Amino acid sequence: MSTRQTRTAARLMMSPAVVLLLGWMIIPLSMTIYFSFLRYNLLMPGTEEWAGLMNYRFFLTDPAFFSAMGNTLLLVGGVLTITVLGGIALGLLLDQPFFGQGIVRILVIAPFFVMPTVSALVWKNMFMNPVNGLFAHAAKFLGMQPYDFLAVSPLFSIILIVAWQWLPFSTLILLTALQSLDSEQKEASEMDGAGPVSQFIHIVLPHLSRAITVVILIQTIFLLSVFAEILVTTNGGPGYASTNITYLVYAQSLLQFDVGGGSAGGIVAVILANIVAIFLMRMIGKNLEV
Amino acid sequence: MARATSIQRRWMITIAAWSVGLLIFFPIFWTILTSFKTEAEAIASPPSLFAFEWTLENYGEVQERSNYFRHFMNSVVISLGSTLLGLIIAVPAAWAMAFSPTPRTKDVLMWMLSTKMLPPVGVLIPIYLMFRDTGLLDTRTGLVIVLTLINLPIIVWMLYTYFKEIPGEILEASRMDGATLRDEIIHVLTPMAVPGIASTLLLNVILSWNEAFWTLNLTAAKAAPLTAFIASYSSPEGLFYAKLSAASTMAIAPILIMGWFSQKQLVRGLTFGAVK
Repeated sequence: MSTRQTRTAARLMMSPAVVLLLGWMIIPLSMTIYFSFLRYNLLMPGTEEWAGLMNYRFFLTDPAFFSAMGNTLLLVGGVLTITVLGGIALGLLLDQPFFGQGIVRILVIAPFFVMPTVSALVWKNMFMNPVNGLFAHAAKFLGMQPYDFLAVSPLFSIILIVAWQWLPFSTLILLTALQSLDSEQKEASEMDGAGPVSQFIHIVLPHLSRAITVVILIQTIFLLSVFAEILVTTNGGPGYASTNITYLVYAQSLLQFDVGGGSAGGIVAVILANIVAIFLMRMIGKNLEV
Repeated sequence: MARATSIQRRWMITIAAWSVGLLIFFPIFWTILTSFKTEAEAIASPPSLFAFEWTLENYGEVQERSNYFRHFMNSVVISLGSTLLGLIIAVPAAWAMAFSPTPRTKDVLMWMLSTKMLPPVGVLIPIYLMFRDTGLLDTRTGLVIVLTLINLPIIVWMLYTYFKEIPGEILEASRMDGATLRDEIIHVLTPMAVPGIASTLLLNVILSWNEAFWTLNLTAAKAAPLTAFIASYSSPEGLFYAKLSAASTMAIAPILIMGWFSQKQLVRGLTFGAVK
């Protein structure tokens, strides 16, 4: 069996995957780029014309873009803060020996497997609803005024929902990383008289830094594209109060049928995601031995 | 003395861990519980924990209201179909990269991963228009195609990391024993590859089942899987908490069970081998 033959066989085996992904990436993306330079509205077919950078100028100077950009950053930042800090705390807790470890692990991971539309609607109706939600019942029980979560602070409520969905992910990964921590190293530091706090800062945290970075980068990629949770809870409102970039592009293209403007927004989203992706790819690439 | 404190400590951690675990799980528990209440009891204040009349009528009503079973089957067909199609394409590719790597293999893997970083809104309009013009909008076929493509990088990567762990010495040993390439594949490699393929299948069925960008944007009534069907409860008529709960419970139950089996693969599959 010659090496050459193997190489050819290997190339043949890889080609379907490569060709499909190449097509998936290049064809639609170049179409989006092309559309983004056109004046193109689905309600006025046949009136497409070259528009240069007009769509970008409109999209990037639209007040909606600024709110959407701010909301996107708040959403990503808020969820990351909750899930990373919560994940570290939970990881440390679950890493200790206790009774029923397996079951608790299952309970903690469960939200990750709930589809986004279900978790958003369950939170919206059964917990955050100002009349019939559990939080309202609790508030009334304590003699307080029920809080209308999604109307008064829509973005904050969505951050809570999304953080609930992603906390299991960060916990699971940080727990996995904690379990690979060398126990001898920990014991040695205990012998040297390190307390739990200095042990955490000097041994545990450096060991976790890589996993934390991975959690942040991967979650950011997914969190930039949060969509279903917004669609079923607030529809991006009131006003633009809970519209992120993804939802803004969706609204512009599929609700207002502005293909040109929506495409320009889509390209802006791609550029944003790429900034994060570059760092993530470097991290993963370093770890990859071929 | 030291032993007593360590047992005490263990109990304290047990209590803390269980409290947090139950708190995080509570919304799911509450949903399942509410699905067995009547609509009136579902919104009763104060809500009752167990002292209510258990009923199964919501499950029946959800089916009657909008043919729940059809949407359930859409989810099954779309998630299984896209995963199987993805495996058919990815197994040879991952196999080739793991067993006859070239200097470019790393670049190919990284490039495949980069396609996963493309935000879906970046290609929403072209895909939507192409689907509209080819009649693929609101069809299972259309969704199977899209979900296969968006999950393909993860499938290739997971398979690659599993195949990479198959030791090369075993191949050499079987060759020394006079095994042909065919024997090698059927009797040596396949049995060792099956667990990895099974884990990959499991995780990708879960991911496709819960995918909620393309399923919401590319389907209407006909091909809508459960993600899109449940979204129809966002503009409800009348009392609907118990029905929403029943529909949700049926939508998440199969995936919860599968998910618990795939905990370990989850880390590997979603961090692309960066955390093991």
